[in-house]
Amino acid sequence: MTTMHSWLIDDSPASRLQARLGRLYRICGALSRNPLAAVGAIIILLLILTAIFAPLIATHDPLKQDLAQRLLPPGSIYWMGTDELGRDIWSRVVYGARITLVIVVLVAVLAAPAGLIIGAISGYFGGWIDRVLMGVTDIFLSMPKLILALALVAALGPGIENAIIAIAITSWPGYARIARAETLTFKNAEFIAAIRLQGASSLRVILGHVLPLCTSSMIVRVTLDMAGIILTAAGLGFIGLGAQPPLPEWGAMIARGRSFILDQWWVATMPGFAIIIVSLGFCFLGDGLRDVLDPKSGEQH
Amino acid sequence: MSAPLLEIENLRVSFPTQKGIIDVVRGVSFTLGRERLGIVGESGSGKSMTGRAILKLIRAPGTIRADTFRFDGIDLLKQTEKAMRRIRGARISMVMQDPKFSLNPVMTVGEQIAEALQTHQRLSRRETQKRVLTMLEAVRIDDPERVAGLYPHEISGGMGQRVMIAMMLIPEPDLLIADEPTSALDVSVQAQVLDIIDEQVRRKGMGLIFISHDLNLVSSYCDRILVMNTGEIVEECQAGELRNAVHPYTRGLIAAIPRLDETRDELPVLDRSAWVAK
Amino acid sequence: MTALSLKHLDISYGETQITHGISLDIAEGESFALVGESGSGKSTVLKAVAGLAPQWTGSITVFGQPRSHGIDQHFARHCQMVFQDPYGSLHPRKTIDAILSEPLAIHGIGNQNSRVEDMLVAVGLDRKFRFRYPHQLSGGQRQRVAIARALMLEPKLLLLDEPTSALDVSVQAEILNLLKRLRRQQNLTFLMVTHNLPVVSFLCDRLAVMRHGRIVEIADVADLKRGALQEPYSRELMDISVAHAG
Repeated sequence: MTTMHSWLIDDSPASRLQARLGRLYRICGALSRNPLAAVGAIIILLLILTAIFAPLIATHDPLKQDLAQRLLPPGSIYWMGTDELGRDIWSRVVYGARITLVIVVLVAVLAAPAGLIIGAISGYFGGWIDRVLMGVTDIFLSMPKLILALALVAALGPGIENAIIAIAITSWPGYARIARAETLTFKNAEFIAAIRLQGASSLRVILGHVLPLCTSSMIVRVTLDMAGIILTAAGLGFIGLGAQPPLPEWGAMIARGRSFILDQWWVATMPGFAIIIVSLGFCFLGDGLRDVLDPKSGEQH
Repeated sequence: MSAPLLEIENLRVSFPTQKGIIDVVRGVSFTLGRERLGIVGESGSGKSMTGRAILKLIRAPGTIRADTFRFDGIDLLKQTEKAMRRIRGARISMVMQDPKFSLNPVMTVGEQIAEALQTHQRLSRRETQKRVLTMLEAVRIDDPERVAGLYPHEISGGMGQRVMIAMMLIPEPDLLIADEPTSALDVSVQAQVLDIIDEQVRRKGMGLIFISHDLNLVSSYCDRILVMNTGEIVEECQAGELRNAVHPYTRGLIAAIPRLDETRDELPVLDRSAWVAK
Repeated sequence: MTALSLKHLDISYGETQITHGISLDIAEGESFALVGESGSGKSTVLKAVAGLAPQWTGSITVFGQPRSHGIDQHFARHCQMVFQDPYGSLHPRKTIDAILSEPLAIHGIGNQNSRVEDMLVAVGLDRKFRFRYPHQLSGGQRQRVAIARALMLEPKLLLLDEPTSALDVSVQAEILNLLKRLRRQQNLTFLMVTHNLPVVSFLCDRLAVMRHGRIVEIADVADLKRGALQEPYSRELMDISVAHAG
């Protein structure tokens, strides 16, 4: 363990791999020293583990209806009670983690790289390319996110895939703006001039040298946005345009529990807690990452 | 000579880091009368930290310790932040390296100088204006009325630094600390700015601490020189005696400067092991 | 052979014309200095030769071939540049190894591992620095990396933009010695921009004094050493330099 530690923090690494792992190790170390970030990371880790091992963690079949057992309060058999069709809420919340994770990952995979590349191209080339790309971005930015997502889902038809596409389309413009701003700050830097002088193509400069500098602020932003994405997905589910029944999506579950909120409070509250905890987890992690990755805070310290 | 203006004994400035506490100034002692003292050293020598410590401008978590740390009879270590604010500017002033970052871009030059004066003295508007123009004239600005109405981006770097000096000197401090005041300027402008500082310091009988990396510059504008290396004073001498410096670090520094009539094929490089071992 | 030839070079940034009719010839293996104060246009000439200031008229010829206005791969192998600020010229998120390998990768040159190792030795950097990040290096070490990067493509003409003005004098001496040695070993041609006349005296053979975008005087460094520059402005610069040296 100690040899591993000293290998990782070695001031003069002997290989590319060691240098990269060492940097990663320092970032993880700094994260673990930040209590809120550590809490956030643990929550996200739990979410991932829950999603992977859902069949082992769930106590019942999330889809199996048993009308004889409907609307039971939390107890030793049904940990979080049952809903109006007699389904176990705990099992549904556990399986709902999968849906939430899929939404979050797919949106991040679709929207972040698109925004990153559009923003970097826009900032690097400037001129009319910048004006056109940023014009399009501004049009998207000027529309309220949820309304735009609603319109898209209404046009594409309800369903979880379309909800994901709709959320991705509404979230890339923010990333494009950040990537452009970051690119502008160092596009005239001498290290970019130096790489251009060596004959590197614009593509190579953008992909190999500009993007790596945008990624840390992008990771922070995406992590902080995750909470919003989960809420938007839940919102779409709530009004019946996201995941369709009988899928155990948290937002849709709250929507169904709405009618019983006064007498059977657990039906709507349990998935609500899940949303709040996961959203908070992403926020904490995002704040911690910002402290660790922000180049302005300086890596020397 | 009367009582010294500044007495410092065993000054230490420390910063906590992940690897433990690091002393960037390690036991510096000197006294300063109404004279011109130069502090020379390379980057990381602790020269700037020494200058900032005198104004207690070391940011937390950095700490300042000293056995004696007195300015004109006042124990600086015992002063609260509020008391220090009355001392800064009014009694001890500091000119920094780059005027671009030290001037407020949305105020005219005249307003900024006037503000520096009003913070410390209550004067009528007319009186203030008169003092500002006299001060601008004193730093050899030809038409002070026009320049007073300009914004910082409308003036050159050399003029900006002269404005900074005017701002620092208008409250008539007893001690001026100039930290690399001319490093951002062209050589021809450098001399002019330094002459102005020199003239003002002499005329008002102030003390001057001139911090620079440039041995030649310091030796031609100061009476006495301290050479610093890794947080310690390694050499103290009269400016004229610099050529007879004894410490290997000072001698190495002098030798490493190329000359206009250079004949050496290779410049001598500092051998740091020569004194670190001691 | 002429390494670099400039004829009637007028360089502009947007509407503003920076230089006026710059003409000079630099022989292969020569070390040539452009001196002047800030705003004299000396750095702009260097940028135009490098390809970073594409708005010019006149002609730039490098080793007999006219230079295009942009940056091209072919030209990159003949001419490289070392920048002034060692803190701004290295990519903050790349290891020294990645910085030095990049030019080889761009030009598809093989044998990267040994070339990088050899270059580290040539610029006097220990092997242990190879996988460090720039922020783990001192200013002088960074400038060595910047010189190494410029030399990776084995160019014949090296453009130096105030390569030591951001460094301490003891480090400046090391870098100047290094540049002198590399020039001798690899038969490099230098075009250096500086305001520091003693540095010119140490490193260069000839110099051009610039003022307000024009060349005032071209002289041998021997004249500079003897204090025999002709033009009044050149003498003025020289006098300041002498006064400064005390």
